[in-house]
Parts: sequence; C-alpha cells; structure tokens
Amino acid sequence: MDLAYTEAEEEFRGRLREWLAAALPGLPAKPSPDDWPARRAYDTAWQRMLYDAGYAGLHWPADAGGQGATPTQHLIFLEETEKAGAPYVGANFVGLLHAGPTIAAEGTAGQRARWLPPVLRGDQIWCQGFSEPDAGSDLAALRTRAVRDGDDYVVTGQKIWTSHAEVADWCELLVRTDPAAPKHRGISWLAMPMDAPGITVRPLRTLAGSTEFAEVFLDEVRVPVRNRVGAENDGWRVTMVTLSFERGTAFVGEVVACRRTLDALADEARRTGRWDDPVLRRRLGRLNAEFRALWRLTQANVSESERTGGVPGVGGSVFKLRYSGVRQELYEAAAEVLGGDAFDVDREWVLDRLSSLSYTIAAGTSQIQRNIVAERILGLPKGR
Amino acid sequence: MDFQLSDDQRALRSGMRDLLGAVFDRGRLRAAVERDGALDRSLWRELGAAGFFALRLPEEAGGVGLGLPEAVLLFEEAGRALLPGPLVATHLAAGLVKGAAEGEAVVTAVAADLPAAHLAEADAVLVVDGQAPPGLPGDVLSGDVSGAEVLSGEALGAFVAAARPVRSVDPLTPLHRLAGRAVPTGAPQAYSGALHYEAALLTAAEQLGSAARTTEAAVQHAGERHQFGSPIGSFQAVKHLCADMLARTEPARAAVYAAAVTGDPAEIAAAKLLADEAAVRNARDCLQIHGGMGFTWEADVHLHLKRAWLRAASWLTVARAEELLAADLGAAGRLPRSSAAYGRPVPEAGGGG
Repeated sequence: MDLAYTEAEEEFRGRLREWLAAALPGLPAKPSPDDWPARRAYDTAWQRMLYDAGYAGLHWPADAGGQGATPTQHLIFLEETEKAGAPYVGANFVGLLHAGPTIAAEGTAGQRARWLPPVLRGDQIWCQGFSEPDAGSDLAALRTRAVRDGDDYVVTGQKIWTSHAEVADWCELLVRTDPAAPKHRGISWLAMPMDAPGITVRPLRTLAGSTEFAEVFLDEVRVPVRNRVGAENDGWRVTMVTLSFERGTAFVGEVVACRRTLDALADEARRTGRWDDPVLRRRLGRLNAEFRALWRLTQANVSESERTGGVPGVGGSVFKLRYSGVRQELYEAAAEVLGGDAFDVDREWVLDRLSSLSYTIAAGTSQIQRNIVAERILGLPKGR
Repeated sequence: MDFQLSDDQRALRSGMRDLLGAVFDRGRLRAAVERDGALDRSLWRELGAAGFFALRLPEEAGGVGLGLPEAVLLFEEAGRALLPGPLVATHLAAGLVKGAAEGEAVVTAVAADLPAAHLAEADAVLVVDGQAPPGLPGDVLSGDVSGAEVLSGEALGAFVAAARPVRSVDPLTPLHRLAGRAVPTGAPQAYSGALHYEAALLTAAEQLGSAARTTEAAVQHAGERHQFGSPIGSFQAVKHLCADMLARTEPARAAVYAAAVTGDPAEIAAAKLLADEAAVRNARDCLQIHGGMGFTWEADVHLHLKRAWLRAASWLTVARAEELLAADLGAAGRLPRSSAAYGRPVPEAGGGG
C-alpha cells in the first residue's frame, strides 16, 4: 500500500501543471449552455489544444494514436485538469470514451485510420444511439432494424437519450440485424453519419430546463455495410469490450469537483451563520468522510487496473452505486446551506442539485448496479 | 502510486487468517460465548508469540518492526473472526506495560463514560482522559487533554473494586461500569492524543473485518436458502441488500487502508465513521437476510452486531467523527495532517509500503 506517487508520475504532473497554467488563459469565453454549436466549438477547440500538446487520447493505446499512458497518469491528468478549472471532455465524450475505444479495439486498420484521428484532433464528434424508448435497462431488447440492401443497411427505428445529437458528425449505433436470433445475438454496431437522409433529431428538455439530450428518429437511413465494426450480429460483444476500457478513472474529475464544492459549502455556511446548526455541520462532516473514501477507492481501483492491466474487479459498479447517491446528498446539503436561496435557479448549486437527480439513473440505474454487484461480484443467482 | 497490498502484506494477512482458523475456530468462538467472554490466556499468549501485540515495536526492542498498515490488516482479521479481548489496548500498551508485547499481560483501557471491557481480567489499565480524540477548536493539543495513565498492582485493585460488573449486551465482552468518570490520578505518562487516533483506526479495522464477514455470511445464506422454489438470493429485494453491504464495505476498506498509510486524523475519522456504519448496518442486514434464524442465539450474526455496537461507541463516536470532519472542511478548517501533531508519532509504514 503506497499512496506516494513515483518520481516519473510527479514529473508528469509537474509538466501538465505548467502546460495548463500557460494554456488555460488562452481559452475563449465559455459559451451559453443552450448554444449547442458554440458548445461544440468550445469543446473541440480544447481537444485541439490537448492534441497539439500531446495530451489527446492519453489513455488510448499508442497504436490507435493515443499516448498509452498508465492508469495512474490518467488519474493525475483528470485530477489536475479539474483542479485547474480546465474544460470537461464535453462534446468529445462519446468519441473519446466510448466509440473511439470501440473502434480502436474492434475496427479494421482502415476504420481506425478513418475515424480515430479526427476524434483525437477535435475535428469530429460522436454521439451514441444505444437506448430506445422500450430498451433502457434492458438494452439488448432494442428493436431498431437494419435490413441489408446491397452494400447498405437500411435502418429504421428510434433512439433516445442521445447527447450532442444535434451537433454530432457520427453516431455509434446499435441495430438489430437478426430479429430471429436470441436478443443478445442479433445486434450489430454501425457508424452512422449524422447528415444521412432520414435522420430527425428532436431535443428533449430535462427537468433542469436545458436540452442535454435528444430523441433520434431513423426512417430508412442508408448506412454503408463497410461502416459496421465487428462481425454482423456480434455488436453486443463489440460494445461490451469497450466497457473494459473503463479503468476506474470515470469519475475522477467529478470527485475532485465534489470535494471542492463541499469546502465551498462549509465556507458559505460559516459566512451565513448556518454553521452553528450542529445537524447541518455534522451532515457536511459525514459527506467529507464519504468523498475522502470515494477518492481513496478511486486510487485503489486505478492501482488495481494498473496491476492487472484490465478491468477493476470490485471497482466500477460499487463505486458508481455509492457515488451517485452521495452526490445527490451533497446537493441536498447544499440546499440546506442556501436556505431560501435554494429556490433561485441562478444561485450556484441549484442547477447542480437538479442535474444530480440523473446520477442514479444514467449509465445504469442504481437498481441495475445492485444487480451487477450482487450477481457478478457476489455471485448470487440471476432472477427477478 | 500503488494502493494495493504488497506481497508481504498479503502473506501477513493470510498468515493471520490461517492462525485464527487454527486457534480460534467456530467451536472455540462458541465456547468463549458459553463462558461469557472470559479470556483464554493461552490463546492470548499464542497471539503474543505470533507478534500480534509487538507488531509495531522496533525490532531492537523485541518487536516485529512493522507499521500501521500491517497492524490494520491483522485487526481486520481479528474483527472477521470475532476474536475477543482488549486487543487494541494491549497492542497499544506493548513496550509500555510489561508483558503486553508477549501476550503475558492483558491490558484494557477505560475512557469517558463507556463501560470498561475485561476489567476483572486485566493486568493493567490505560486510563484515558479527555474527549477522545482532540482536534476541535477549544481542544488543547497537548498531552494534558488526552493523556493516559497506566494503572496496575494495588491501584488497579482499588480501581476494580470500585467498579460494578454489569450483565453485558455482548456475550464476548464482559463489562464493568465505573463508579464515576475515570479520572487519572497522576500526570499523563506515555501517551497523548495520538493514542486516540491509533486506537480509533485499529478499531475501525476490526469493524471492517466484521462488515466483510457478515456480507459473506449473508451472501452464503441467500444462495442456499430456498423459498418459493428459488434461492432467496435470486430475489432483488434480497440481492440488493447484499449489494448495499458490499457498497458499504469497500469504501470503508479504502478509507481504513488509506488512513493507515497517511496517519491523517481526518482520514482516520472518516475511516472510523464509515467502518462503524458498515459493521453495524451490515450486521443488521445479515440478520434480516437470515430471517427467524438470524434472531436466534445459535446464529453468529448477533455476536457481530453486538460487538460492532460496542466498537462504534469506543474511541471515536459518530458524533465526534462528524464534528472533526466538519472542522476539517473549507478555508477556515483543516486539521493537522498527521496525528503526530497530537503527541506520539504514528510509526512509519513498514515492510513493502
């Protein structure tokens, strides 16, 4: 058990800090949250800066154009960029963290050369067409059909919860290519150009009032067969392979940000006098314990994946289960610190409180996480 | 950074598990329950011979020369096995009370208004003063507030005579109520505030072991017990309880191990808070999953729960830990980063780090 960083790791951190200090003042002003083209421009400009500085695709393998960094270096990168107030991965999320790694792992040499460099340079962004109105937690029940017609698939169906759909160049799309096969075995993975005829994007408004994601309607959209990654009907496995890119670093930046928020809440409560309430004070103290532990659990998961070179064992689902609940508690405590101001959407933390409600739902609900923890880690029998 | 156990640490842990499996199996656990937790002196000496108490003493002083991370692993195993006795106090007394390091002496501790454990069997008592542990505004960061006095011989005899035995909730821990609040009669000697933090951390490690053990027991029972034609662990209402048990244990584990490496008071407070909660809540859920059998004397789960209650009230309570962790927040906050600031330095992490 060694929490000290090696000399090489500290050197990496030092160089990164120097670069961030020099580079961040050159960023343009942050765009309005509702201006999607401007958000895309801002996020891709940041990605281009990372690319030019040699930090793009830090965690991607070198033969996919990445830097082949260790999980610990990736942890340091995420920690330092968050602490420095650098932009979040934003619109580059799917390309860098899911579609890109999938293509890197399962794509042909031609597919890698075609799609990966534009992602790393910030030239193109991707969105994800996985969930459907009737396929959420039970993703493999998806029904969007792809029928072969010459060199194309003709795709018809509906996708939902697609972030950045309005401004994406590509969509990583899961489609049903064999309706007769068992549900996990008739699925294929396609790269769909978002400017193809037959695609209609309808933004969805979240309870926070913003349009963070969209519905995507597909009406006989023609997608070339050469855009399929992996074999036909092997799309479920192709998609799951990518999840093994998760090395315990998924929430590093967010945990760092939550700890900063917690400190700010304590300062604010001291300023307003609410700190004198022992119930509130102890609530914040408890959250300090939770986020300290989540930070240490992150370090443990990253160390484990560094040792095994693969997926963190107990890591991902246990972490997400605990973190998503605690993050919601953080913003409940924030509302108490704010008192009457908690109902003013323009006050700091109020929108965060609303956004945090998605944490126990997105990327696998807490109920699904509990099933995963119980069945895959604890070995309990499948069932209902 | 490599926040995983080293090979030596893994070997130490499995060695301790093997030892406890040999000298304190379930039969001996239940025998200890039948004699109301009275200590087995030969077992105590075996623990001493294995280096349990002398683990952190320097080798030149006859110790093993290891650090808090290694101690935490041993106490985790002790917690798993429900090993009875004042393990934390005797471990902390090694090198200060004659015979403690070797397991020849049994040393218990009394603090605040908690009942005293194993008092009648103790060869010495650490009388700990003050609101444990220090760190909040108004606390004096010196030996004065949280020192400990060692009582033995006639003074101990008088002390014990003034105490009243009670029928203990925990069948493995005989308890005495003290006549008044324990007040040291002389100047604090060897210890100061660091004792509280080390004791809190080692207690948290025992809680961690207990939390992991009750999770295993719950999962095992949920996989074997059939109702409605299926193992009850196939029902989400049951499997989600089990998942939550692991989601309490693993963050607590990360907190306990990290606190052992850093010796940071805020990390120790976090570790104690989360490990207490994991031990108590997991034992409760384990009991629930065992249904009617969980409510019987015969099932071991009540032993875990009762011991966890007692440990949660010892050294650093939820209320105190939350206040310490609150004081640590924000620009105005920040506890000292090492419990060494409170007196005796926390030994360096030994072995492979």
